[in-house]
Amino acid sequence: MTSELIKKLDYDATFDCVQCGFCLPSCPTYLTMKEEKHSPRGRINLVKYAVEGKAKLKDLEEAIDLCLGCRQCETVCPTNVQYGDIYETAVSVLRENRNKKLDSKIMSLFLERNYMLTLMYKGLKLYHTPFMYKAITNTKMLDILPDRLGNMAKILPPVKKQKNHVNKPFRTKKTTIGFFRGCMMDAFFSNINDLAIKILEAHDIQVVEISQQTCCGALQHHAGEMDKAKTLAKMNIEALEKYDVDYYVNAIGGCGASLIEYDHLLRHDDKWNKRAEQFVEKVKDISVIFDQLDLNLTNEINKKAIYQPSCHLQNVQQVFKEPENVIRQIKGLEYKILPEKDICCGSAGIYNIVNYEASMDILNRKMTHVKKVEPQLIITSNPGCHLQMLLGVKNENLEHTIEVKHIVEVVAEACGVE
Amino acid sequence: MEELFVALQDALKKGHVSKEVADLSSYSYDASFGEYMPDIICQPMSTDEVVKIVKLSNQFDVPIYPRGSGTSLSGGPLPVNGGIVLDFSRWDNDITVYEDDLMMDVSPGVITAKIHEIAESYGLMYPPDPSSSSISTIGGNLAENAGGPRCLKYGVTKDYVVGLEIVTANGDVIRSGGRTVKNVTGYDMTKLMIGSEGTLGIITKATLQLIPKPIDTKTAMLQFDDFVTSGRAVSKILRSGILPSKIEIMDKYCVDAVLSTHPIEHVTNDAESVLLVELDGHPLALEAEMKVIEETCQALPGCKVIVARDKHQASELWEVRKLVSPAIVKFGPTKISEDTSVPVSQIPEFFKSIERIRQEFDLNLVVFGHAGDGNLHPNIITDKRKPEELKKAEQAVAEIFKASLKLGGTLSGEHGIGLFKKPFMYNEFDEAGMAFMKGVKKALDPNNRLNPGKIFPDENERFVLVHDE
Repeated sequence: MTSELIKKLDYDATFDCVQCGFCLPSCPTYLTMKEEKHSPRGRINLVKYAVEGKAKLKDLEEAIDLCLGCRQCETVCPTNVQYGDIYETAVSVLRENRNKKLDSKIMSLFLERNYMLTLMYKGLKLYHTPFMYKAITNTKMLDILPDRLGNMAKILPPVKKQKNHVNKPFRTKKTTIGFFRGCMMDAFFSNINDLAIKILEAHDIQVVEISQQTCCGALQHHAGEMDKAKTLAKMNIEALEKYDVDYYVNAIGGCGASLIEYDHLLRHDDKWNKRAEQFVEKVKDISVIFDQLDLNLTNEINKKAIYQPSCHLQNVQQVFKEPENVIRQIKGLEYKILPEKDICCGSAGIYNIVNYEASMDILNRKMTHVKKVEPQLIITSNPGCHLQMLLGVKNENLEHTIEVKHIVEVVAEACGVE
Repeated sequence: MEELFVALQDALKKGHVSKEVADLSSYSYDASFGEYMPDIICQPMSTDEVVKIVKLSNQFDVPIYPRGSGTSLSGGPLPVNGGIVLDFSRWDNDITVYEDDLMMDVSPGVITAKIHEIAESYGLMYPPDPSSSSISTIGGNLAENAGGPRCLKYGVTKDYVVGLEIVTANGDVIRSGGRTVKNVTGYDMTKLMIGSEGTLGIITKATLQLIPKPIDTKTAMLQFDDFVTSGRAVSKILRSGILPSKIEIMDKYCVDAVLSTHPIEHVTNDAESVLLVELDGHPLALEAEMKVIEETCQALPGCKVIVARDKHQASELWEVRKLVSPAIVKFGPTKISEDTSVPVSQIPEFFKSIERIRQEFDLNLVVFGHAGDGNLHPNIITDKRKPEELKKAEQAVAEIFKASLKLGGTLSGEHGIGLFKKPFMYNEFDEAGMAFMKGVKKALDPNNRLNPGKIFPDENERFVLVHDE
């Protein structure tokens, strides 16, 4: 027993696992790699063995690195094993024991510095101007990038960053909602944020811009940079506390999950845990609000559609039925269940960049199911999944037959909100 | 080992070979509580690759441990003597359906649920339904002769296997049976292999028999004031002229554990024992048959009957049974799950013994299971970090076996003997019976390389959960 590791790894939680194997068919990496070490049961056992000295930390690396952190295993686990906690401690311990990965360095550069974000916007904006796009595509400039970055760049939508001013204090409303925009979301899909706000306003809700909000800290958290994640959490809590709102709403499955776990993240911080609990109570996904509203769904959408849930919306935020409830209400829409719908698409934050090949295997499996249903529309609930599904559609040369839309865009269309 | 590893790497072109610590660790356990490190992991993808592995294991004198998804509760696939773990879970995609013969050929790694799904897509059914069917491989089901709730009406795994391809201990490939329901040509090697726990040969292909899928099902829940009456009810129902597809039982501890976290409409926790009955067949017949069941049970003292009004309520009632396993672990993280079977008439007596054992050892001992065929799951819920409690559990397990055998029952109804029940083999068989089985093993695997250390106890072996350090 390594006394140092027993403090750092969640050894006790590993005993909740009775190794029944119910998690195996829920795990995207087990389904594609077919090796026990790439299953939740295998990973939990490796963490346990590391504490017991039966395996070394380096023996954990591959298995832990290739975990998407989708946490579908927690949802199906019959004995309620807190895989997320076990996984998180393993990521953290591994991080201490080796140099930061280049990719995670790049990500933190982007996410922690606003000027880097601005630069990125500018670069992407340039890429998406018709001239540059043509120039880059024709000269095959993207081909010199590794596959993973090249392919991602090709599917990135044009950058639209026009802040919509939504604070209208003079209107009297029944419900007041603070809106969390998210950094990646606001870079690539600010139109979706804007549409979400317009839909809410069209349904008699006052939406307030929480001006000092910052990155939710999900990527830092997943990379094991707990201090940074905590700092960001505190900044967001402070930002929201300045406003009197009923809910804090977002349209990003992944970020929402990060926000909703602030109470867990700060549970040992006596100064912050109460405030975090109050914060968490207000965090809601947009689909939950939609489901509660009597949506004015006037327009028909005559398409066969499937829904690819965000793992963190389901497995962390516990939002399962609401998006489908909303989708089923839309007139004209033929909703079909995607086989293996609840299995991750392989996007998982920056997983599809860091672990490109593993991610593409998972995506290919996903796309074989999509092709069986032959939808005209894939509905998503998180920007990462959205991009991954776009990539899947592109890889299969189905861009002309399948559209990928966020649930907010679909509801906006059905409500006639533009 | 190094030389063998290199030779295996050369031999397996499509499969996968590893001796990384992460892999060895990952195949050192199953769903029981045993832990044994193997030396090499092989994931073969064809019969040819299995033959090569067997021949190399002979050449290097190393044991082979076949394995599926590792859901065994008896320690069946654990590599107790090190050597090679032969993991079939990667070879999960060779499936041929002979629709008009009602047969299906499968490779050993095919997941049981996939067989169910494919059969259903043809309007057919593969009846064996172990509760791990969404994870378990058919290879593991064959090795342990797996059961499940539906076995009451339809029989167990061995009743649906008509042919096998087997790699023998010396690396020959033989075929047993074929693609016909009837086949009495020569010894029935198919039935001998099924349930032999990987100790006599390695199954590389199975021909499964399918049957027409019943059109509909109907469910009733019976709640009893008294445990013993619920046991009697099973015989009553079976003698009423109706054969249900399932009769499951749960004691009050199980029902309490479930309802404390998942309240279910109409289900109260004041019953001492609960039976779930499912009928399958034509919808019109089901209506009439359910009336017979209702009348039969209402005649029993202290019995309350809930007949599910629709599919939704039926699945809600079944939810109680499905949640038993996860719900009872709230008593502790270590679950010692037995699967003893008794004659149906002896269920009431067996329940009395269980109650006595629970009180004598003061353990969290609960019972649920497949009452219709007498296959019950006494479960001791404990914590493997508490040695004094494990000592008591050891004694309680021995008492449970003693009680079952005394009533004409058996050690294992569907999990297999594997590692953890072998110390009790001499309680069920006498010297001559054991010698006969050992003779078979010796004839088919003279060098004891196929899953050694299972089924047959070592000399003077006794059951231990705690090893003195």
